[in-house]
Amino acid sequence: MKPQTKTVAVLRYRPEQDKEPFWQDYEVPFAEDTSVLAALNYIKDELDGTLSFRWSCRQAICGSCGLMIGGKPRLACKTFLRDFEGKVTVEALAHFPIERDLVVVMDDFIAKLERVKPWLMPREERAPEDGEYRQTPQEMSLYEQFAGCINCGLCYAACPQVGLNPNFLGPGAIALLHRYNLDSRDGGSEERMKLISAELGVFNCTAVGYCSAVCPKIVDPANAVNVNKMNSARDYFFRFLPRPAPKGGCQ
Amino acid sequence: MNDPLKRSHEPIFWLLFGAGGMLAAMLGAMLVFLLAFGVPSGLLPAEALSYTTMRDFAGNVFGKGFLFAVVALFFWHAVHRIFHSLHDIGIHAGLPARVLVYGTAAIGTLIAAAALLAIGF
Ligand code: FES
Repeated sequence: MKPQTKTVAVLRYRPEQDKEPFWQDYEVPFAEDTSVLAALNYIKDELDGTLSFRWSCRQAICGSCGLMIGGKPRLACKTFLRDFEGKVTVEALAHFPIERDLVVVMDDFIAKLERVKPWLMPREERAPEDGEYRQTPQEMSLYEQFAGCINCGLCYAACPQVGLNPNFLGPGAIALLHRYNLDSRDGGSEERMKLISAELGVFNCTAVGYCSAVCPKIVDPANAVNVNKMNSARDYFFRFLPRPAPKGGCQ
Repeated sequence: MNDPLKRSHEPIFWLLFGAGGMLAAMLGAMLVFLLAFGVPSGLLPAEALSYTTMRDFAGNVFGKGFLFAVVALFFWHAVHRIFHSLHDIGIHAGLPARVLVYGTAAIGTLIAAAALLAIGF
């Protein structure tokens, strides 16, 4: 029996020879369990070795296969050909500059992630002999959800405000910022508040919520952004009052 | 270009927007029903919205407060939404539009306050 095939239309762009991106169709055999990533690998191995795309884990963990599939931001390894009627379109992630074919330039996104200081800034320095920074499961559950981010960039492709204002810190970076602010061991909230409240901060968001809808790890960046609007507003009006004692946590 | 690290003054407008939005969500549909359908269709007695009833309502301190909050906050909510929707559909009208929309709300607020004070207590 001849295997079924499906047309996969890929937006190609090879900077050294193409003036602008163009669509190229490939016929790909597929079964129930053929992911878009598997289809791309089939194209590269069997049909056209010049196609470029990023991938690594094949299991929605590494975050490198984010693409626009059927016009929506999705992970290629978590999206299946069987779910599409007719042709499947595959393009580089929206709102990112195309480097080549499906590969985008992530530099600005990475710089934004670094900008939120995504590491523990201990509230009190402890020497090794003081023991570890302890945390109860309850304290961990506060931020655990936001720690699930795999930096795939889908929320940036989904966010209309990122598209309109590339300076906007964006959903992923703010979710990461929120993850550290919520950590009982961390004391960096005040420092990160400058970013939240800045022109590039949370008030660029108009509460569309598509970022959370496309997240493959069920992180809720829209929540992180909107909770921080309130935090920022509080900071705006009460910043001249004495600060409350830092939030409780490890002793 | 604006310094993207400068503190944003958006909290002022965002809080007014939020307060108006909450009020609109709680009261908006009810007000539309009362004013546009309830009384005109005869479901509610016509005196409910008669001149004297409404004047008495506006003369009462709490009535004044209610009317002022509803008019002013709905204004701030609406203009903020209009301004950001313009941006969303690709019209980045900038400062002049900001002055125009928030100016409208400010004038609406002042007129509401002046009218309510003019009615007296
Ligand atoms: S290949 Fe790693 S997330 Fe898809």
